[in-house]
Amino acid sequence: MTMIFGVPLAVFMGQLMLGLINGAFYALLSLGLAVIFGLLKIINFAHGAMYMLGAFTTLLGMNYLGINYWAALIITPLIVGLFGMLIERVLLRRIAHLDHLYGLLLTFGLALIFEGTLVNFFGVSGARYPTPEALQGGFKLGFMFLPTYRAWVLGAALVVCLFTWYMIERTRLGAYLRAGTENPALMQAFGVNVPLLITLTYGFGVALAAFAGVLAAPLYPVSPTMGSNLLIVVFAVVVIGGMGSIIGAVLTGLGMGLIEGLTKVYYPEAASTVIFVVMILVLLIRPAGLFGKEA
Amino acid sequence: MTFIRKTLTSSIAIAATTLMASGAQADMSDNEVRIGYLADMSGSYRDLAGPGGLEALKMAIEDFGGSVNGVPIEVFSADDRNSADVGASTVREWLDERNVDMVSGLVASSVSLAALKVVEEKNGLAIVSGSAASSITNEHCAPTHIHWVYDTYPMANATAKAVVEQGGDSWFLLTADYAFGHAMEKDVTEVVEESGGTIVDSVRHPFPTNDFSSYILQAQGSGAKVVGLANAGADTVNAINTASQFGLVQSGQQLAGLIVFLNDIYAMGLDATQGLLLTTGWYWNMDDESREWAERYYERMGSMPGMVHAGIYSSTTHYLNTVAELGSDDPVAVRKAMAENPINDFFARNGRIREDGRMVHDMYLVKVKSPEESTHDWDLYEVLSTIPAEEAFRPLSESECKLVNN
Repeated sequence: MTMIFGVPLAVFMGQLMLGLINGAFYALLSLGLAVIFGLLKIINFAHGAMYMLGAFTTLLGMNYLGINYWAALIITPLIVGLFGMLIERVLLRRIAHLDHLYGLLLTFGLALIFEGTLVNFFGVSGARYPTPEALQGGFKLGFMFLPTYRAWVLGAALVVCLFTWYMIERTRLGAYLRAGTENPALMQAFGVNVPLLITLTYGFGVALAAFAGVLAAPLYPVSPTMGSNLLIVVFAVVVIGGMGSIIGAVLTGLGMGLIEGLTKVYYPEAASTVIFVVMILVLLIRPAGLFGKEA
Repeated sequence: MTFIRKTLTSSIAIAATTLMASGAQADMSDNEVRIGYLADMSGSYRDLAGPGGLEALKMAIEDFGGSVNGVPIEVFSADDRNSADVGASTVREWLDERNVDMVSGLVASSVSLAALKVVEEKNGLAIVSGSAASSITNEHCAPTHIHWVYDTYPMANATAKAVVEQGGDSWFLLTADYAFGHAMEKDVTEVVEESGGTIVDSVRHPFPTNDFSSYILQAQGSGAKVVGLANAGADTVNAINTASQFGLVQSGQQLAGLIVFLNDIYAMGLDATQGLLLTTGWYWNMDDESREWAERYYERMGSMPGMVHAGIYSSTTHYLNTVAELGSDDPVAVRKAMAENPINDFFARNGRIREDGRMVHDMYLVKVKSPEESTHDWDLYEVLSTIPAEEAFRPLSESECKLVNN
């Protein structure tokens, strides 16, 4: 058997595959954060809660309204996105002129409220969301058994990431967005409704988190604390990629998934810390992050 | 004359009763029996004790009549947030300033060990219902606490032995990388090897871990017949879910959960957990007596009780009975008297409190039903065998407790 650093090739390949899938999750979540920070300069600590609300909306939608998984993929991000817009309109806008820290505190408080409320009703054990029938089973790849659902997560996440990148960097709407955050007064003078643009952007970032929540529902127990467990890692990914860099968030997300996956084979005890070690190294060498522009 | 005699007799009777009552009250500190309930009310261990445990405690008090020998019972409760510091300082305040007579609940082992130290220092009384660590009545034993429901010893022992006997003689261990996981790993390794099995490999994962796919893949690659889960709570749930997604059981391997609670199985569903062997201190559907209590609990909480909830009811009732019988809530006297009476209620069968503070009672080896076998939402276990009280727990001859003469 071929060995790579003392690990059979098959196991090694399997771990790379899993790392890539986890990385796609990180990419999707950090992408939303990066869009919100890059365009609105809001450090959105409610992002994990939005991801959790996405999973919960999917679960409750199925249990009470009979909305199936495929419909939830569209409906959930819409609902949670609208909810996000409401938050932006009613709360975040009022403190937009203050220091970024106020936004951080506000969103953190909101996250605690959402989490606490749901814990009160649903407890913390979480509930299971069945894997949609068409995505059950798996492929025998030779080196591993790959569940169909995980392959789908990888594909869906990558498509959404690419779409977002294309929209912001390559379309007219994206250009407006970037210009609107660079110089809102000038954009307003050109007749562009900047406040609306900002509301939509926040809603879109939140919808991305909710979309990740839908993807996660059949994978992990749907529980009120699922978001806060992930949020800190995702923030580290954004910092490594460079705050606000969209392509940075996607590539770093995938890369960190791979690094974490390999750590789980070679030194599992460090699996939960390796991303932070990378973050420290990157901050020491390139304080603006791998893809960030030096201020 | 008759009239006078009658009045006289009744006055004496009244005087005597009053005297008796005040005599009893003299031994009840603050004219109240005060119970403090400390548990994780909002974090990862909330569902196995938490608000349900508090409700079970209140049920015990209500069923007892709300007072002991005419003295009211008061309940304090606090969320320890799984922090040893918060737990210890709360208990200190309860004992110093509120004269709490008995501390109940006590879930995360780390919190319990810190809180029990305070109780010992203050000569109070604590009954541990939620914690797993068997060290609570082994190297950390004290005359001031009792461990009621279960501990790591029977959980590891019975499950691992049963699995090896059924032919699962090579193991891969998935261990939570902290004190509890290490202790569990050690216990299981001993049992497996004694029963003639081998530990092929093990991996220690960080606590808590969200994604177990990588470890499950390693377990699949190891070729072991059994994958033992030396972790608890959300980690166990995640590991079992992931194993089911990767077809671990379908490809011929078996899972052995070592600390699994009813609420975990309910959360994961039978599709993912069917066939899992585990040990429990009690199961709501095991007989009429248990069902009767469980249904009353269900009406109040909307979920079926687990062994910790039932244990809290059982321990509180035994405590109140003892206080009533003794006419005193003095912790030292009560602790001593509690050990003198055997415990037999819907929860504990053949129960008694040993000198190390371990309440030994019958434990049960159960198998998780398949979706086809289950008739309703909470119909989750099939009881395979009863492990007699005297065999289930660590024998006193192996004890390191300072209260045991070995």
